[in-house]
Amino acid sequence: MDLSPAAMADPIDALRHLRADFPILNEKVHGKPLVFLDSAASAQKPVQVIDAMSRTMRTQYANVHRGLHWMSERTTDACEGVRDQVAGLIGAPSREEIVFTRNSTEAINLVAHSFGSLIRPGQAVVISEMEHHANLVPWQMLRDRAGIELRVAPITDAGELELDALERLLSDGKVALVAVTHMSNVLGTVTPARQIADMAHAAGARVLFDGSQMVVHRRVDVREIGADFYVFTGHKLYGPTGIGVLWGRRELLDAMPPFLGGGEMISTVRFEGATWATVPHKFEAGTPAIVETIGLGAAISYIESIGFDAIAAHEAALTDHALRRLAEVPGLRVIGAPADRGGVISFTMDDVHPHDIATLLDRNGIAIRAGHHCAEPLMRRLGVNATARASFGLYTTREEVDTLATTLEQIRSLFV
Amino acid sequence: MERDTLYQRQVIDRARTPAHAGSLDDATHVGEGTNPMCGDRVRVGLSMTGDRVTAIRHETRGCAICIASADMMAGLAGGRSALELDTLGRLFGEMLRTGEGAEQVGELEVFAPLHRHRSRIRCATLPWTALTEALVGAVDGTPDGSKDRRGVDASATRGDGRHG
Ligand SMILES: Cc1ncc(COP(=O)(O)O)c(C=O)c1O
Repeated sequence: MDLSPAAMADPIDALRHLRADFPILNEKVHGKPLVFLDSAASAQKPVQVIDAMSRTMRTQYANVHRGLHWMSERTTDACEGVRDQVAGLIGAPSREEIVFTRNSTEAINLVAHSFGSLIRPGQAVVISEMEHHANLVPWQMLRDRAGIELRVAPITDAGELELDALERLLSDGKVALVAVTHMSNVLGTVTPARQIADMAHAAGARVLFDGSQMVVHRRVDVREIGADFYVFTGHKLYGPTGIGVLWGRRELLDAMPPFLGGGEMISTVRFEGATWATVPHKFEAGTPAIVETIGLGAAISYIESIGFDAIAAHEAALTDHALRRLAEVPGLRVIGAPADRGGVISFTMDDVHPHDIATLLDRNGIAIRAGHHCAEPLMRRLGVNATARASFGLYTTREEVDTLATTLEQIRSLFV
Repeated sequence: MERDTLYQRQVIDRARTPAHAGSLDDATHVGEGTNPMCGDRVRVGLSMTGDRVTAIRHETRGCAICIASADMMAGLAGGRSALELDTLGRLFGEMLRTGEGAEQVGELEVFAPLHRHRSRIRCATLPWTALTEALVGAVDGTPDGSKDRRGVDASATRGDGRHG
């Protein structure tokens, strides 16, 4: 780590040395150095993750929980060790409360299916206007299947949850679950999780947070925020695809029926029926994503070696810088202005279509996202068809943000 | 700044000041194409005498590629028969996929560089989806972008970064 006074004083530069850990940052796109500003969609991977996965397949691989042999036992230990790491990462009281899934989407579907089967017709689930489709469509499916009501908590024009309106949605005591994002993938809004959880609990409801974006940027403690369920996805956390996490309170997981059936999730099986394994295995049918789980473990070790203080400080300073620079681009409008926000910035620029912006930025090596960001109802609420979105990772530099801003100015001059 | 041959002045100017935009009051045939990926939409209104297009207008909500493509299509459609337009649409779709055959599609050749931007091909073919629908005369209004039936091949246009 660079301990020079300058680096210590500048939280953005303080992480610059970490870029060397990400081989892909040396790549060129259309002959230009890659400026990767699409980490909210999926983050790049450090060598620590790449090597851990490759090492597993080269030297220590077998199926888990099944073999009586040395390789299987070691591989099982490695995977189960990651459960401890995840519990540590999010402050879960028990490793048994960590369920591995494929991604956030599967984790939410698991809750919608299994916790959902305990929700009675006439009860309700509350989501917000700024949910990713992953935290919207599973609840619509539950609504249509189980005759429950789906209520949508509105947001303000600044992109913050309207807590008064949420309070009203909870007031009839019919709500079984509040399922909301902990950080918006479109607006960057960080939601007041503790307050939401307290409100839900006071109304007799449980609360699920979609932490897909949040765990990447800040230290999360599921007990401090009063969560009942928390989900995230490995590939945004500098880990591999194919591995995600559901954390749930033990008593809830115990009460919930399984999601998928198959090997690993049973205690005994006869043709007449089967009994379930205990949690978390009850929810982990079939051979898990072994190599990816180990990759996620390496990613968590990597993040924790940097520390969330440094990561959060880098992100806050970089986001401030970006908001300042983008405000200087003529015609550019940043969507939303939440008081507590992370490093995800959606914008439009006059009437230049976001796809034209994205293609022209790409020609200059700059990768951003353009479209509806898997949040169509939110786009409608904001009155836009699509936006461009820049999002930052721990490897993002001030110069990259500056390059974005100056290239946007040049693109605009083409169109006006 | 690298501008890319795709965004030639011709395309940008055409998108900013289209010559054939608007609705056609006495349209006998209408068609619509929508792209669920981005919410872009093209509506085409035609009037026809026999199997020939005598007037055409488009209402396009979309990116520069989409608007310019719609406008150039409208410019080329007047006086042509349904069959000729079907053939032109096919050649255009083929050029977008392969980058070849630009000499057969008139001023639509400016879109040839799109073959290197697979995720954007749909932007240029959306007007043709609307035109095809108008020519078939089947207006069912379903917002289904996957129904390019003739002329253009939409199969190469999947692959939006869905996640985020
Ligand atoms: C807020 C949010 N929730 C859920 C998801 C879904 O993640 P995944 O596709 O890995 O399941 C994403 C990203 O795609 C997201 O940004």
